Amino acid sequence: MSDLTTRGGASAPDHGHGHGDVPADDLARPLYEGPGALPAADIPHRPRRSDFDPKAARRAERQVSALFLLSMLMVVLFVVAYVAIDPYADVYIPMFGVVGFQTFALGLTFGLGVFCIGAGAIQWAKKLMPDVEVVQERHSLASTSHEDVEAAEQYERGKEESGFAQYKIIRRTLIAALALFPIPLVVMLRDLWSPKNGSFGPSPVELLSTTAWVEDMPIVTDGTYVKIRPEDVPVGGLVSALPENIMEIQEAEHNLNARGKAAIILVRMEPDEIRAQQGDGWDYQGILAYSKICTHVGCPIALYEHRTHHLLCPCHQSTFDLADAGNVIFGPAARRMPQLRIGVNAEGYLVAKAPFAEPIGPSFWERG
Amino acid sequence: MSTTEKVGESVATYVDQRVGSNRFLGRSLKKVFPDHWSFMLGEIALYSFIIVLLTGVFLTLFYKPSMVEVVYDGSYVPLKGVMMSEAYASTLDISFDVRGGLLIRQMHHWAALLFIAAMSVHMFRVFFTGAFRKPREFNWVIGISLITLGLGAGFSGYSLPDDLLSGTGLQIARGIVQAIPIVGTWGAFLLFDGEFPGTEFISRLYGVHILLIPGLILALVTVHLMMVWTQKHTQFPGPGRTNDNVVGYPLMPIYMAKAGGFFFVVFGVTALIGGLVSINPIWIFGPYTPDQVGAGSQPDWYIGWLDGALRIFPNIETVLFGYTISWNIFIPSVIVPGIVFTVAALYPFLEAWVTGDKRDHNLLNRPRNAPTRTGIGVMAITFYFLLFIGGGNDIIAITFDLSINAIIWFLRIAVIVLPPIAFLVTRRICIGLQRRDREKMLHGYESGRILRLPHGEFIEVHEPLSLKERAVLESAIESYRAPLPAPEKVDANGVANKHYRRDMIRYKLSRWFYADDIVPPTRQEIEAGQAHVSHDAALEAPLHEYDEDETVMVPFHGGVLHTAGEPATNREQLEERGGNL
Amino acid sequence: MKGLVARRRNPIVASMLLLAALLGVGGVYAVATTAAPAEAVATSDQTAIDEGKRLYLEGCSSCHGLNAQGTSNGPTLIGVGAAAVHFQVSTGRMPMAAPAAQAPEKPTDYTEEEVSQMAAYIASLGPGPAIPTAEQLDYSDADIAEGGVLFRINCAQCHQAAGGGGALTNGKYAPSLMEATPQEIYEAMLTGPQNMPVFGDGTLTVEDKQAIIAYVMDLQEAPSPGGLALGRLGPVSEGLFLWAGVMAAFVGIAVWIGIKAR
Repeated sequence: MSDLTTRGGASAPDHGHGHGDVPADDLARPLYEGPGALPAADIPHRPRRSDFDPKAARRAERQVSALFLLSMLMVVLFVVAYVAIDPYADVYIPMFGVVGFQTFALGLTFGLGVFCIGAGAIQWAKKLMPDVEVVQERHSLASTSHEDVEAAEQYERGKEESGFAQYKIIRRTLIAALALFPIPLVVMLRDLWSPKNGSFGPSPVELLSTTAWVEDMPIVTDGTYVKIRPEDVPVGGLVSALPENIMEIQEAEHNLNARGKAAIILVRMEPDEIRAQQGDGWDYQGILAYSKICTHVGCPIALYEHRTHHLLCPCHQSTFDLADAGNVIFGPAARRMPQLRIGVNAEGYLVAKAPFAEPIGPSFWERG
Repeated sequence: MSTTEKVGESVATYVDQRVGSNRFLGRSLKKVFPDHWSFMLGEIALYSFIIVLLTGVFLTLFYKPSMVEVVYDGSYVPLKGVMMSEAYASTLDISFDVRGGLLIRQMHHWAALLFIAAMSVHMFRVFFTGAFRKPREFNWVIGISLITLGLGAGFSGYSLPDDLLSGTGLQIARGIVQAIPIVGTWGAFLLFDGEFPGTEFISRLYGVHILLIPGLILALVTVHLMMVWTQKHTQFPGPGRTNDNVVGYPLMPIYMAKAGGFFFVVFGVTALIGGLVSINPIWIFGPYTPDQVGAGSQPDWYIGWLDGALRIFPNIETVLFGYTISWNIFIPSVIVPGIVFTVAALYPFLEAWVTGDKRDHNLLNRPRNAPTRTGIGVMAITFYFLLFIGGGNDIIAITFDLSINAIIWFLRIAVIVLPPIAFLVTRRICIGLQRRDREKMLHGYESGRILRLPHGEFIEVHEPLSLKERAVLESAIESYRAPLPAPEKVDANGVANKHYRRDMIRYKLSRWFYADDIVPPTRQEIEAGQAHVSHDAALEAPLHEYDEDETVMVPFHGGVLHTAGEPATNREQLEERGGNL
Repeated sequence: MKGLVARRRNPIVASMLLLAALLGVGGVYAVATTAAPAEAVATSDQTAIDEGKRLYLEGCSSCHGLNAQGTSNGPTLIGVGAAAVHFQVSTGRMPMAAPAAQAPEKPTDYTEEEVSQMAAYIASLGPGPAIPTAEQLDYSDADIAEGGVLFRINCAQCHQAAGGGGALTNGKYAPSLMEATPQEIYEAMLTGPQNMPVFGDGTLTVEDKQAIIAYVMDLQEAPSPGGLALGRLGPVSEGLFLWAGVMAAFVGIAVWIGIKAR
C-alpha cells in the first residue's frame, strides 16, 4: 500500500508512450495516456499561498485560533444567557420579529460555539495541513480461489461430522421446529387489543358500526355542551355538536373514542334548498345533521360553505354536497357523509331521532 | 515527546496488548478518502442523526408518553385550564418551562427533517453517479432501508406531542391501516388497542420511536459505514484516478479535520436554526381531540408526497362479496410507496441484469454518460415532486390564489404525463452533452480568438484540453458500453435456447438503455486531435512573452494557473517540503 | 401566571401592548361613535336611511337589485342586517371590483358615516343582526383559553390554527385573521359573509364570541417563542425553509470544504 508511487511511463506499457518529468515552466503538454497512466506524483497540484508565504501561514494560524477562541467565548455567553435571561421574556429582533429571548440567545451562542470549532478545524485542514493528494491501491474484495476451496472444505467437513445430510429425519424436524418457533412471539401480539375486565366485548365491526347516538339523544354544542333549540341555528348556520352524554361516556371510558365517532355538524338551509337527503324528513325545518368524520380516512370536517352547501375536508380535499344527501362531489372520498336523523323532543330541543343508519368514518374491509 | 503524548502512547500500548488496536490504527490512519463536495452529503445525514440522538436523549428526560387527560397548568396562558393529554402537556413544559427545552426540541425536529433530506440527496448523488454498481449493491439496499426507517422515525416523532396537527396525522394513519384488505380492521384495532384514538398509542409509538427505529438505524448505519470503509470510497474520474486506486487525502490528519470539523459545522448550524427558527409550534395547534381539525393540516415534508398521492387519487372503492376494498386509500398509501421503495432497492440488480455489466466499478459515472439512468432518476424526482406539490395543494392554493380543485386536476394528469416527458428530455440533454464532449476530445475548446498566420491564413485558435479535463472527458470511454448482442434462437450446435424469450427482453432493454449513446473516440483519435490542437495553440505561444508581470502565469496541469518558480505537482511540492507529508 | 406577567413586563412587549391598547381604545371609540347612530337610525333617523338608499342605488343596486331584492348577480339584502353591511363595505369586500370566486378585502372608498347610512337603509328593509355594541365587543374579561378551545372547534377548520387563513373549494378561501378587528370578527360570526357559515348567538353566545375574539387578538399579538415564525403555516413552510435554507447552506459549506485553498 504505497502512499506515493512514481510509476511513470513504466506503468503504461500498453500505450507505448514514455512519460518523463515535465519542467513546471514548460509549455509543451505532457503526454497523457488515459486515467491511471499518469504517475500519482504528477497529479496536478497548485501550492497555496500559505505554503510559500510565511505571512499567509501565520495569518491562517491566527484565523484558526481566533475561531477556537470565539467558540470558548460563546460557551461562556451561553451559560450567562442560561442563568441571566428571564426564560419568559421576549425580545424584538429585526427580521425575526418578537421572539423568545432565552431560546434565541441560547441557540445563537451554542450554535456559534459549536460552529466555530468546526470552521476552525476545516480552515486548519485547508490552509495549513498538506494538501497533497496521495494514492492507495484498491484490492479485490473477492476471496482467492484458495480461500474459496478452504471455505467449501470446511463446510463439507461440518456437514459430514454433524451428519446433517445423513439424518434426514433430524434435518426435517429441525427445519420444521425452527419454522414454528416464532409463532408464540406473533400469537402474543393478540393482546395488543386487550380484553377489558376479562371479557372481549364487541367485535371491531360492531364498534365501528355504532356511535353514542341513540333515539331521542339530545344534541349539545361542542365545547360549551348546551342543548340546542332549532331557533338557535340560523339559516346558513353551522354548529359542531355532540350527544348530550358525551362527557359521561368520556368519564366512564377514560378515552376520546366516543367523541371521535359521535361528532356531528348541524347546518341549516332553506328547506327548498335541500335537494335530497338520506331519508325522508331526516331534517328538522331545514336543519341537517351530518357526521363530522370524513369517510375517506377520518379527518374531522367542518369546512362548510353555506352558499354552496359544500363541505370540504382539510386533509385531502374530499368535498361533499350537504344539500344533496351528503354525496361526494370531488376528491378521494368514495362514500357519502352519513346523515343523522333529527327532530325535537318535548322540551323543544334538537335530538337524534335514530342512530346513524350506516357506519361513520373511513371504510373498512367488513363494511360491505 | 510531550507528557500528554507519553500518556497517550502508554494508553495505546495498554489497549493494544488487549485488543490489538495498533495494527488497525497503523493501517487506518493513512487510509485515503477522495475529496469531493458531494461525498459530504452522506456525512450531513450521519451527523444530523447523531444530533437527533443527542437531543432526543435530552427530550426523553422531560417528555411523558401518556394519553392520560390532565388539566394544563403551565406557563403558556392561552392553554391554561384546558384538558389535554400528558404527552401534550409535557411537550408544552419542554417548550416553555424547561430552560433550553424549546431550543433542544426545535433542534431535534430540524435535525430530523435534515436527516431525511440529507439521506435523500445523498441517495440521488449515489444514483446519478452510478456508485451503487458492483460491488456496492448491498450498501445501496441498506441505504434505501435507512431512508424507509428515517420516514418511520420522523413520522413516529412527529406524532408524539399529541397536538391537533399530529393527531390528525395519526387519524389518517388509522384510516390507511383500516383500508388494508382483509387484515386492516384488526390491524387498526391491535395498533390502537381498540378504537381510535384509545389511550395506548402514544406510549407504544414512544417505544418504537426511541428504541426500535433508532436501534435499527444505528445498526444499519454501522454496517453502511463499515462497508464504505472496506470497499473504499468511489471517486470521480480525474488525472491519476483509476478503477484500481483511491486518490485523496489520508484519514489522519486531513480527512479527520475536515470530516470532524464538518460535524461541528452541521451541529452548530442546526443549533443556530433550532434557536432562531421556529418549527412545529404545537401550542398554536392545540391539544388533540378527534373532533377538531385545523385548515392546512400537513405532514412533515418527507411524508408530503404520500399525503399528496392520497389527495389526488380518484375515489375508487369496490364492494366484492360484501367486503370493501378502498382502492382510493390502499393504492396511494400502501401500493405506491411499496412499489417505489421496492423498485428503488432493487434498482442496482435490475440495471446490472439489463446491462449485463459484471465489472467492479470504483470510478464514478458522469450522469451524462449514463443517459437512461439519469433520465430514470429525473423521472423519479419529477414524480415525487408532483406528489409533493399535491401534499401542499391547499397551502399553494391560498398562497398563489389558485383553486385546489384545479391543482388536483392538474396533478392527476401531470403525475402520469410529466415524468415520462422528464425522462425523454433528460436523456436527450445527456446525449447532447455526450456529443459535445466528443467534439471537445477531438478538437479541444473553441477559444473564440482568431489568429492570422504569417502566410495570411486565418484560423480560430482551439485550445487543448487540460490534463484534468481530458481525464474527466475520457471517462466516457470506460463508461461506454455497447448494447448486448441479440440472442440466438438456436446456438451453433443446433440446441434451442431455452431462455430465448427472457434473453430477448433483456436484449431489448439493453438496447433501450444504451442504444442512443454517443460512441466516444478512441484514445488514438483523441491523442491525434489534441496534438493538432496543441500545434495551433503553440502558434499563439510567443504572445505570452509580452507578459510584463514577473510571476508569469502559465497554463499547465489541470488548467490551473501556476506561479512560476513554485511547485506544480505533488512531487515537486513534496520535494520542497523535504520529501515528507 | 408567572409567565404571562414576566412576558408582559418586557419593555418591548410593553410598548407593543401600549400600542395595542391605544389601537384598542381608538377602535372601541370608533365603534362607539358609529354604533350609536346606527342604533338610532334603526328607529328614527330617516335622513340617514334616505342617504343610505341613495348610496345603495349608486354602488350596490346593479347587483343586488333596485329594492335589494337580489338578482342573478347578487343575493337579496333584505334581512341581512346592518352588521353585514358594515362588515362587507368597511372591509372593502363590497362593492366587488370584478366578478371572482369570492370578494377580496381591499381599501374601501366609503367613509364610516356613509357605511352606517347604508347599513341603516338595509336594516330598515327587514330585521337582521345589528352592528355589535361597544359592550358586546369588550373582550377584556374574556377567557383566552376558553376562546382557544372554541376557536379550534368552530374557526380553525377554515381559518387555520394560527388564523392564517385557508383554502376552500374552487378558488374560494377563508381569509387570514391577522389584521381582523374585533368588530369585523364579531360581525363575521354574526352574519356569515360570503361562504362563511353563521354562528348564531344561540349556540355561540356573546361571551363565547368575546372569548374567541380575545384568542384571535392574542394570536395577532403573540410573539414567536421559537424564533422566526415562517408565516406559522406549518410543515409546508418549514420544509421549504429546510430545503431552500438549511440544505442549500450545507451544500455551500460542503463545496467550501472541497475547494482547495488559494
